[in-house]
Amino acid sequence: MSLSSPPLLELSHISLSFKGVKAITDISFAVARGEICALIGPNGAGKSSLLNVINGVYQAQEGQIRFDGEARRHMRPHHAAERGMARTFQNLALFKGMTVLDNVLTGRNLKRRSSWIEQALGVGRAPQEDDEQRRRAEEVIEFLNIQSWRQSLVGTLPYGLQKRVELARALAAEPTLLLLDEPMAGMNAAEKKEMSRFIVDINREFGTTVVLIEHDIGVVMGISSHVVVLDYGRKIGDGPPDAVRANPEVVAAYLGTRH
Amino acid sequence: MDFFLEVLIGGLLAGVMYSLVAIGFVLIYKASGVFNFAQGAMVLFAALTFVSLGERGVPFWIAFLVTLGTMLLLALAVERLVLRPLVNRAPITLFMATLGLAYITEGAAQALWGAQVHGLDLGIEDVPLDLGGLLVSQFDLFAAGMAATLVLLLSVLFNKTRIGLSLRAVADDTLAAQAVGIRLSRIWVVVWAVAGLVALITGLLWGARLGVQFSLSLVVLKALPVLIIGGFSSVGGAIVGGLIVGASEKLAEIYAGPLIGSGIENWFPYVLAMLFLLARPTGLFGERSIDRV
Repeated sequence: MSLSSPPLLELSHISLSFKGVKAITDISFAVARGEICALIGPNGAGKSSLLNVINGVYQAQEGQIRFDGEARRHMRPHHAAERGMARTFQNLALFKGMTVLDNVLTGRNLKRRSSWIEQALGVGRAPQEDDEQRRRAEEVIEFLNIQSWRQSLVGTLPYGLQKRVELARALAAEPTLLLLDEPMAGMNAAEKKEMSRFIVDINREFGTTVVLIEHDIGVVMGISSHVVVLDYGRKIGDGPPDAVRANPEVVAAYLGTRH
Repeated sequence: MDFFLEVLIGGLLAGVMYSLVAIGFVLIYKASGVFNFAQGAMVLFAALTFVSLGERGVPFWIAFLVTLGTMLLLALAVERLVLRPLVNRAPITLFMATLGLAYITEGAAQALWGAQVHGLDLGIEDVPLDLGGLLVSQFDLFAAGMAATLVLLLSVLFNKTRIGLSLRAVADDTLAAQAVGIRLSRIWVVVWAVAGLVALITGLLWGARLGVQFSLSLVVLKALPVLIIGGFSSVGGAIVGGLIVGASEKLAEIYAGPLIGSGIENWFPYVLAMLFLLARPTGLFGERSIDRV
C-alpha cells in the first residue's frame, strides 16, 4: 500500500440497520488503489450488506462513502456504475434469457456515447461504436475463456460458468473498482483455482482494484493483499493477511472455529 | 374461391386491429414481466382526449400531438407514482397496481371529458375497394398500413438502439440492470410512453370503427387470445397471433356458423387460445422460461 496516493474507496463510520436490527455498526476502512481487498467473517457478519452499501443497493443510515475523490452520504447503483464500480452478486444476477454475449454487452451499457436516434438510423457515431462495443465484449469473453458459450443462453449454463459470465459482464464495464460477492461460492477446488487466477489476472493486467467476499480462507490469504474481518456487523480486524491471521480476536471469532 | 379469399382477407385485416391492441401489452410485458391491465384504459383515455380536443375545434395534428404529450405525462406519472415505489416487487404486485391504474385512468378520462359516445372520423371512408375482383375494406387497409409502420418503428427502436438491450435487461433482472448502470426509471418512462403511443393509434382506429366510448377499454378482451397464441413477449407474435385470430374467427363464423349456430366469432378465439395453452403455453413466439431445478 502506498501512503502517497489517497485511497480509492474510503468508508467512514458506516452504520446500517433494517427496522431496528443492526446489520453494520460503525465500520470504517480504506481500500488502496490497485489492491485486492478481502472482506471475511462468519455468516451474518454483514459482509454482503457492506458490499451493498458500497454500490448503493442499500443506503446506510450513518456514515460516508468516499469513492475516487467524491464523498457521498449514499450511493445509488446507477451512479456507482457511472463512477466506475462494477459488481457481481452472491446469488447471481444475470440476464438468464439472454446470450452470454448480450449479457456482456449490457455491461458496456454506459460506454455508449451515441444517441438513440443515431443508433436507430445507424448513422453518426453509432456504427463505429457498435463495432467497438462488440470488439471489447469479445475481448472480455476471450480473457475469461468463455468463447465456446458466446451464443448460449445464460440460464442453460452450469453454475460455475454463470459465475464467470457475471464476472465478464462486470469486467466489460472497464471498472476502476470491482466488487465480487462470493465469486467462488459453490465451486469445486479446480474451479476455485481458475477463478482466483482470473481475479489476480484482472487485478494485474488492468490495474483494477478488487473488493471481494470469500469464505475459503486459503483462497483469501493467497490472493489478497488486504483483509478486513467482520463479526456481528463490526470490524474486528484490518490489515495484511499475515497480521490478520495473527490477530487473536480474529482467530477467536472466525478462524478459531476451524482450528 | 373468391368468397373464401374475401373472408380470409377481411379476417386478416380485422386481425391487424387485434394485433395493435396486443402490441401495447407486449411492450410493457417485455419491460417488466407484467400484464398491464390498464392498456385498455389507456386506449380509451387517448381516444377520448383526442376526440374531445377535435370537437373543441383543435386541428387534427395538434390534437394528435397534444394527446401524445398527455400520454407521455401519464407515463411519467405511472413511473413516479406506481413503478418506482414498487421496484423489485413480485410481478403479481405490479399486476394489481395496473388493475388500480386501469380504474383511475378510465375514471379520469370520463371525469375530464364526459361519458357520452363520440363519433370519430379519420377521413377514411369505410367502403369496399375492388382489388382485382376481391372486395377489401379501404379502412382496414389503412389500419393495416398504420400497424405496419408502427411495427417497423418499434423494431428499429428496440433492435438497433441500446434501449432494446436495456429493456430486455430490465425485464430479466432489475437488480442486475441497476448494477450495470441502467436507469430503470428512464427505461420505464420510454416503454410506457411508447405503449401510450400505441394506445393512441389503437384508440383512433378502433374509435373510428366503434365510436369513442367506455366500451373501447374492453378491446383488451380481444387482445387476450392474441397474446396467448402469439406469446406475451414478442411483437412479431402479437402480429401473427392477431392475424390468426382475425382470420380463423371470420372463417369459423362463415363456414361453421350455419352448422352450429352463429355468433361463433365471439368465442372462437378463446377456444383457440385454450388449445394453445394446452399445446404451447408460451405461445408461438413467447420466450420459454429457463428454470434450473
